[in-house]
Amino acid sequence: MNDLLYATLSNVSLLLQKKEVSATELTKLCLERMQATEAKLGAMLTIDDEGALAQAKVLDEQGPDPNKPLWGVPVTVKDVILTKGLTTTAGSRMLEHFVPPYDAFVVERLRQAGAVILGKANMDEFAMGSTTENSAYHAAHNPWDLNKVPGGSSGGSAVSVASGQCYASLGTDTGGSIRQPAALCGCVGMKPTYGRVSRYGVIAYGSSLDQVGPLARSVADCARVLAVIAGHDHRDATSSPLDVPDYQKALASGQLKGVRFGLPKEFYGEGLASDVASACESTLKLLLEAGARRVDVSLAHTHAAIATYYIIAMAEASSNLARYDGVRYGYRAQAITDLESLYVKSRSEGFGQEVRRRIMLGAFVLSSGYYDAYYKKAAQVRRIIRDEYLAALEHCDVLLCPVSPVTAWPLGEHANDPLKMYLMDAYTLSLNLAGLPGLSLPCAKTASGMPVGMQIIGKAFSEAQLLALGQAMETILPHIGHPSL
Amino acid sequence: MSEEAKIGPQEVRHMAELSRLEVSSEEEGTFASQFAEILGYMDVLQEVDVRGIEPLYSPVSHEAWTREDQAKAVRSHAEILANAPKADEQYFIVPKIV
Repeated sequence: MNDLLYATLSNVSLLLQKKEVSATELTKLCLERMQATEAKLGAMLTIDDEGALAQAKVLDEQGPDPNKPLWGVPVTVKDVILTKGLTTTAGSRMLEHFVPPYDAFVVERLRQAGAVILGKANMDEFAMGSTTENSAYHAAHNPWDLNKVPGGSSGGSAVSVASGQCYASLGTDTGGSIRQPAALCGCVGMKPTYGRVSRYGVIAYGSSLDQVGPLARSVADCARVLAVIAGHDHRDATSSPLDVPDYQKALASGQLKGVRFGLPKEFYGEGLASDVASACESTLKLLLEAGARRVDVSLAHTHAAIATYYIIAMAEASSNLARYDGVRYGYRAQAITDLESLYVKSRSEGFGQEVRRRIMLGAFVLSSGYYDAYYKKAAQVRRIIRDEYLAALEHCDVLLCPVSPVTAWPLGEHANDPLKMYLMDAYTLSLNLAGLPGLSLPCAKTASGMPVGMQIIGKAFSEAQLLALGQAMETILPHIGHPSL
Repeated sequence: MSEEAKIGPQEVRHMAELSRLEVSSEEEGTFASQFAEILGYMDVLQEVDVRGIEPLYSPVSHEAWTREDQAKAVRSHAEILANAPKADEQYFIVPKIV
């Protein structure tokens, strides 16, 4: 049974198409797995047993459809993505009872592709956090060590994939929120180019940074899910009109010989834990043995990226979250007699501490007297950082970097030190400033048994290349197996 | 920046007011020291020379397009009001304004 639980999406899809297992059987298997593991893991905020089984039943009645790439495949969806008729909280008390009247674009696509949506994955409130401890409901736990964080903010998505609860999950990545939990939990995660996937129906955090992407057990599985969710959507003005290449087909073209991997020296210096550094070295060694080439590059303004990112993300958050006013949807404070107090009390009671912190800092950096010094300046540095990425990518085919400076850390470790927590995102957030795609994949396990991930980064809209290379890397990298639960 | 951005309880109250948020007196101190530390860290940007650099507000590279301005019934009245904390069959209800 473990074989089926931990199979790749691509493999279960074959079994489903050949009717060796039915959508209902597989859905039941995953729901039972959730039942058995959720008390320990806390990966989910809403489990939709009834809806999932009904969906599976309909699919089984219709029979397998080779044109539906996710036919019968049980998946989870981060709770920041709207699902029609299914509670969507963004991990916040503010939206505890919010039932969306429509599906996000990516959910429409999942349904059209025949996926079975099992429920909504746990996350840091409004995607603000790197551990999933900021969930207003409960923390999620790393399946490799239950005392450790799974990363965040798409922590529930990563846990559900890594623990055999589902075969893929959709997350969102504003500053590393797909890649980092994927790395800490030992799965594959992709942050697509900004604009590759529509944000329609995704609860906004940092609108110029947010992007939806897949978490799965293999690069090929990520490619399959990305192919389903990528594409133009007129309801998101930032959605790209560029055609979506055939990612599945591209996978076959992946080879490492002669590929130039750029190593930004700023990502390999101070702050990188020794066990992660040695995993990165082993990875590089394997790549070189397979015929790849190493190119040393520099992203000189990396030291300014964290400040730049947080100023922009907080500014956008303060603006986006102004919509929660206790009037049209969401939490409303009780026994209020005037409108101003209704806004203030509803927001103060409905938002958790980290969200309030970011809204206030965001309002501050946008405020009169500070706008130029903080927000405008950050936007200028953002261009420098983006241009440095583009320049570095002129000298190599992809960049190769660590994802997190450390492996998963104990729950509660930095909970009272927000700045320390922000510094943990050093290797992921500059990618979002540049709007580029990144693929995080497991490359090793440390002596203490925790997964380490590395990311490859390419030019805008180079997802096909990243996936092809990622798959080639997967064949030479050690397989980390799955956690025992 | 750090010279200007001295963060004490008064500044925290101002930031809260801008954000339509309320901060308890216990939280005021915590936020003040956290904000001072975070904004102090942001000073790293002061050292970056940005003369002549245009701000980059979005990584989008395609041209924005316009759509026909047509009225469409995308969602029903009932659907829109369904999540309201307080509504009748027609309107959102808020405390009396005038």
